[in-house]
Amino acid sequence: MADIAFLLLIFFLVTTTIETDAGLDRMLPPIEPPDTDVVIKQKNIFTVSINKSGQLLVEEELMNLENLRDAAIAFLDNGGAPAGSPEYCNYCQGKRDASSSDNPQKAIISLKNDRETAYKTYITVQNELVGAYNDLRNRESRRLYNRDFTDMESEYLNPETPSSVRDELKEKVQRIQELFPQKLSEAETSKI
Amino acid sequence: MSKFAKKKDGDLPAVSTASLPDIVFMLLFFFMTVTTMKDSSLFVENVLPNADQIKKLEKKDRVIYIYAGKPTQEYAKTFGEEPKIQLNDKFANVSEVGSYVLAERATKPQELQNVLTTALKVDKNASMGIVMDIKQELRKVNALKVNYTTYEGNAFNNIQ
Repeated sequence: MADIAFLLLIFFLVTTTIETDAGLDRMLPPIEPPDTDVVIKQKNIFTVSINKSGQLLVEEELMNLENLRDAAIAFLDNGGAPAGSPEYCNYCQGKRDASSSDNPQKAIISLKNDRETAYKTYITVQNELVGAYNDLRNRESRRLYNRDFTDMESEYLNPETPSSVRDELKEKVQRIQELFPQKLSEAETSKI
Repeated sequence: MSKFAKKKDGDLPAVSTASLPDIVFMLLFFFMTVTTMKDSSLFVENVLPNADQIKKLEKKDRVIYIYAGKPTQEYAKTFGEEPKIQLNDKFANVSEVGSYVLAERATKPQELQNVLTTALKVDKNASMGIVMDIKQELRKVNALKVNYTTYEGNAFNNIQ
């Protein structure tokens, strides 16, 4: 009995691996350009460029990777539209600087990289930008539902969650996603 | 007195092995549940970068894998040091990525064909050029949902 069990055990040990499948989910832009040209104000775009040696140029200034998340949060959470206007952002806690983004729905982060950029640098930058969105979403989620957004989302995406719980979560997750939609554009690579 | 006289010094009773199958079966079931079958052996170096804002890839049947990285030592002689793409069990050119994704998509059940994710397992020392090429190919075949597969860890460890 033990021999057979050992044989099976060794077979499974050899042929299987422990899964490490987790990562950053992203959507690529569709290849056909939209029919109508969208005009976006310069102040609503936050440009991040990575050069081939891994240095960051954020809004035309050199920046350290460590500061990227805070800069992105400051930009997204700015809420620069004046009070009373239809674009006014009543949940933003930023500086309300009129020369930065109007509201989170309008704010776009544009990421550019060089062909020679190391993949690990790119992933770190992506991670920080997603982190900025997650931090803001967590803040709003805690205010509205007393719970972290990332926590709710992972429960919502888990196939083992019962569907009754999932329907309830779906509404909440979508509400938070609307407050801070992830608008991260990746233009085609250019020689910077 | 005779009761005590029977005992010999230093003679330990043998450990019972009756529970050995139970223990081994327990181990077996543990490995069967936490592991999955290997589907392809790697020809490329594949040390993934770290990230901490990650989401788990649920349901393996909805994932298409693309590997990229420098060929491992034994293949480096024939294929060189430049990062290459690996699809299933062979090296491939950038132009083959599109047809591979379409072929993989066709093998999945109809209801899953629109919810497939492409997992990019790229070595952390590869350059972005190869990733950009793969992404461009994926856009051409309208496979827009990608997942940059990473290890869980502090992202700043990547750049040290």
